[in-house]
Amino acid sequence: MASITLKNIVKKYDDGFPAVNNVSLDIADGEFVILVGPSGCGKSTLLRMIVGLEDITSGELQINGRRMNEAAPKDRNLAMVFQNYALYPHLTVYENIAFPLRLAKDNNGGGSVDEKVQRAAKMLELTEHLDRKPANLSGGQRQRVAMGRAIVREADAFLFDEPLSNLDAKLRGQMRAEIAQLQRSLGVTSVYVTHDQTEAMTLGDRVAVLKRGILQQVASPRELYEQPVNLFVAGFIGSPSMNFLPGTIKEGSGGTVLSTPIGDIPIPADRAAVAQGRDLVLVGVRPEFFEDAALVDEAKMSKGSVFTAELSHLEWLGHEQYGYIEFEPDEKVGRLLSDLAADMDADELRPQVVTTLSAESRVRPGQPIELWVDTSRIHIFDPESGENLTRDAEAGAELTRMAAEERERELAAAREQDGQDA
Amino acid sequence: MSTETLTPEEADGQKHAQRAKRNTSIGWWVITIVVAVWCLFPVASILATSFKTPGELSNGKFLPDNPSTTNYEEILVGDSQELFLTALWNSIGISVIATLIAVVLATLCAYAIARLDFPGKKIVLTVSLMVSMFPVISLVTPLFNLWRSIGLYDTWPGLIIPYLSLTLPIAIWTLAAFFQQIPWELEQAAQVDGATPLQAFRKAIVPLAAPGVFTTAIIAFFIAWNDFVYGISLTSTEAARPVPAALAFFTGASQFESPTGAISAAAIIVTIPVVLLVMLFQKQIVAGLTSGAVKG
Repeated sequence: MASITLKNIVKKYDDGFPAVNNVSLDIADGEFVILVGPSGCGKSTLLRMIVGLEDITSGELQINGRRMNEAAPKDRNLAMVFQNYALYPHLTVYENIAFPLRLAKDNNGGGSVDEKVQRAAKMLELTEHLDRKPANLSGGQRQRVAMGRAIVREADAFLFDEPLSNLDAKLRGQMRAEIAQLQRSLGVTSVYVTHDQTEAMTLGDRVAVLKRGILQQVASPRELYEQPVNLFVAGFIGSPSMNFLPGTIKEGSGGTVLSTPIGDIPIPADRAAVAQGRDLVLVGVRPEFFEDAALVDEAKMSKGSVFTAELSHLEWLGHEQYGYIEFEPDEKVGRLLSDLAADMDADELRPQVVTTLSAESRVRPGQPIELWVDTSRIHIFDPESGENLTRDAEAGAELTRMAAEERERELAAAREQDGQDA
Repeated sequence: MSTETLTPEEADGQKHAQRAKRNTSIGWWVITIVVAVWCLFPVASILATSFKTPGELSNGKFLPDNPSTTNYEEILVGDSQELFLTALWNSIGISVIATLIAVVLATLCAYAIARLDFPGKKIVLTVSLMVSMFPVISLVTPLFNLWRSIGLYDTWPGLIIPYLSLTLPIAIWTLAAFFQQIPWELEQAAQVDGATPLQAFRKAIVPLAAPGVFTTAIIAFFIAWNDFVYGISLTSTEAARPVPAALAFFTGASQFESPTGAISAAAIIVTIPVVLLVMLFQKQIVAGLTSGAVKG
């Protein structure tokens, strides 16, 4: 068990391009941290620097408080699960799992090789496959062998490099749950690289979002979702992603209104206050903040405001439906939005607003309808810097603190379970 | 599935598919037989000739009337014994040494080419390809003069060095292609699992590379074993003359008798190690070992 500390880590390649730029991150003992970002953001490079497969250009890597920059991979006592599993094809499943133990030879620290392999195989339901070669296994089984090789040697931390990206969707869900349970029951520090949001949100105690080698925000999934620091994090986390609308603040008859291409939306004074003095802001509204005004009950109604819009088309999915509103942004905002889309590795964003409406709604596209929007949760961003002007840092920190407490509880429960088993 | 449940169209379609399948497999058999006969007929002819007595050589029949081992006796224990056996020894020694050196050098070189990024990587590959394209005959004359002046003429090293120029390029190319197939991650995984770089190479890469190295060694051995031009041009005595060249020095019992029978017998004997090698290492030559290392 170990804590991992990254201090101002920089990775520069020969051409001077910083793949990872000044990343500092504290990973507590037993914590599950996810590194997430679009492809080319440096998340895998960062992981490979921790495990020692890439040199660190500058900064310091500490494991359990000891500087590890110069240590060879074998001396760091970390276990890694590779994206393509990297099983040894000439060895059986048994020998694959036993491989790290055979290398360690004398410092096994109690228990025979066979005992440990059998225990790991039992945990991963591989017992009946121990004599087979990796070539004869299914994708999920290979994945489990790779996990077995990691857990068998009681490493200080597990590092995962997109371990589920080669599996089909169904198996991915299943393995995701298995990894989560395994991590909790072993209580081992884990760093997990993925570009999949669902994995990031469901597995992580904390999620670190990277963009072009720069750390944007490290927080619990909830904080990332509800209190993102900037446009990039807000747009990257959540699916369908947050809508960004250009808007200007106007003083209307019934208080402050935000004038946007899809209509004038009255907003609370505290939200409006941050936008004072700027002629243009970007408003971030998550799809589920919208609802068919006819279906919103009285108590909720007062938290938001109602405006009139026209849906261009509608997708009914059974449990909910997506309504699309198209709009024409001016050139400057259009460029800003397409830059953002490029950063997020997405296709060019069409200037449209996605709204998630209740499946019961009978609204029809092509005619003006009344939409309610929860204005108490919208965020307002500075279009130049991308900074979130309405971020409530305290509320966010509270969310992450709650997640940390949750983790402590689960770890304690796992330890207690262990104590009973022993 | 029983045919009764099929509609007539489906049954018809299935029959067509079966017939088409049968036709292609017959086609393959015909091609295989033609190729086999084409390749094996000369060998069979030499084999038959090697058992003929000198009198039967030009009787126009394929099979000998009275199979005899005269020719084999002639080269193994008779007059040509010394010529043949020393040549055989030269051939084996020179080919094995040339193969070993070529494989060791090519393994290191190909590993570097497959794994490392260094300036001039392309040049190494292109130059080695160019060397193998160079017509041997154009090198022989300058080599002949050079070897004579530095004392390598008619010695083992005098043949081993030019053989390296034949075997190294092909060995580097096949091994580089082979190493490139071995996933890099295996070595990294081994290092993370606690291996030193050398252990990672030995325990994760070498077992996977072995079939490739074997195949390359066998190919290199064949090239050296079969060479004639260097063998005949750069030697003058039994000190280094390999079998293919020595065959040309066989003489008949008298000036008017052709040594065809003895040559055939010698040709059969030098073919044996090649056939044996292929049979012994057939398994290793089949290189399907890396499947399953990464997502299959």
